[in-house]
Amino acid sequence: MRVRFLASEILSGLRRNTAMTVSVVLVTFVSLVFVGAGALLQLQVDQMKDYWYDRVQVSVFLCTADSEAPTCTSGEVTPSQRDAVLAELESPTLAPYVESVQFESKADAYARFQEQFAGSAIAESATEDQLNESFRVKLTDPTKYDVVTQFFAGTPGVEQVQDQRRVLDPFFTVLNVATAVAGGFALVMIVAAALLIATTIRLSAFSRRRETGIMRLVGASKLLIQLPFLLEGVLAAVVGAALAVGALYAAVRFGVQGWLVEALPLFGYVGTHQVWLVAPVLVAVAVLLAGTASVTTLSRYLRV
Amino acid sequence: MIRFESVSKTYPRSKRPALRSVNLDVERGEFVFLVGASGSGKSTLLRLVLREDVATRGSVHVAGRDVARLSSWKVPHLRRQMGVVFQDFRLLPGKNVFDNVAFALQVIGKSRHHIAQVVPETLELVGLAGKERRLPHELSGGEQQRVAIARAFVNRPAILLADEPTGNLDPETSAGIMRLLERINRTSTTILMATHDTGTVDALRKRVVQLESGVVVRDEAAGGYSTGALRAVDEADRSPADPGWAPARPSTAEVWR
Repeated sequence: MRVRFLASEILSGLRRNTAMTVSVVLVTFVSLVFVGAGALLQLQVDQMKDYWYDRVQVSVFLCTADSEAPTCTSGEVTPSQRDAVLAELESPTLAPYVESVQFESKADAYARFQEQFAGSAIAESATEDQLNESFRVKLTDPTKYDVVTQFFAGTPGVEQVQDQRRVLDPFFTVLNVATAVAGGFALVMIVAAALLIATTIRLSAFSRRRETGIMRLVGASKLLIQLPFLLEGVLAAVVGAALAVGALYAAVRFGVQGWLVEALPLFGYVGTHQVWLVAPVLVAVAVLLAGTASVTTLSRYLRV
Repeated sequence: MIRFESVSKTYPRSKRPALRSVNLDVERGEFVFLVGASGSGKSTLLRLVLREDVATRGSVHVAGRDVARLSSWKVPHLRRQMGVVFQDFRLLPGKNVFDNVAFALQVIGKSRHHIAQVVPETLELVGLAGKERRLPHELSGGEQQRVAIARAFVNRPAILLADEPTGNLDPETSAGIMRLLERINRTSTTILMATHDTGTVDALRKRVVQLESGVVVRDEAAGGYSTGALRAVDEADRSPADPGWAPARPSTAEVWR
């Protein structure tokens, strides 16, 4: 009986102020899209870190015939210079920092280059001789790349020591800034959603004050009087959350997986399974948001 | 059934107390009129019984319990032992007669079976059998008040509180309502009724408690509306077996017309 009573009360409440309910749904929807986007961006950052920090290496590029660096004045690196660099990498000074060293010949570099820039004009115009031979050094601790960089500064035959983290850092910065922006929008929208839910509940309580007054007098429990209002707010917010999950799913499915993966295939992107990871969080935020807003409003505007 | 022990009530933002050391003892099955000018504290007294408010000083006992000591989640249970009727009926305009009465049982979780049985019985008692499907606006004032009484009485409360139940009704209709309240009173339901209706009070010769600026100035066993209207009444006259009631003199409302 009471379940049926609650259901009919909630439905009539939602119907009574449809416009307000719709606006609650929309505002929650938009705010949770921002929350979800922020979460997905952070998951993207984590994923990239996992992917790259495993592969991050310090590349010691050796001189080519065209190199203009001061350490390359003697032209292309000589076999003895190359052996000296390798010996240094395996010396007791550097050994504690180095996990493994791999030599990349011009042929290897060319193959990798062709693969990375397949189909573009630059791949067609490049020749094997333009590319550097290099030692790919994997570090035991990727943050200690400075040691290697400084060690080889000024070594003859070494054109440049490059740490791949430096290349990646701008990406991370961009993503972190985007997360912060999404978070900022989310915060503002959540405040708006909370206030809107509070106002809606207040209106709803006002328009039903006759019913609630009678319920109070005939001895209906506090919970039964308040629950329809509470559930009304929560229901609207959860619908908003569901829309937000739908929007994020569509964005990841068609925007990221359907387009970005092919358009900018630099690294792995978040997939739809990460959306499902974020979804319960969004629903929880919606419930918590509507619940808190409702309870505070009801304690002020609904006598029980 | 209801006991006030030197109860004072001062509302916040008001210097003058609404009630000043009120002592009152109402036995089970009594019928008590609460009379006095507007602002004399009648409604405050009813609110304290209902525990809509809590006394500033003194204690209010209802059905053997100190209402101020009830935890807030037990207050609904206290209210289930009381029915309340107002001057303005307070029916739900969108619900028909049956649903208005059933509402009181639904929200305290009574079964549908129980409701289907008790609501028609109560409607019959208040004389509304056959009007179950009417909406409140299709009823006369007296009928609406009967619906309100049915709603207040449907859970068979021990106490019925009435705040000027005849205030919006003509004398004849009022008489009908009073007959109904007397009938309910005979089921040993305690009735506490605040009123301005001189005729009604004078005719029924029940116990009268008169308030003046929050003080009980008169508590008379078989009194009239005012001391001036008091006639010598034999104890025998107010026996519960007193048959039907008829207005002994025109009510104020009638005089004004």
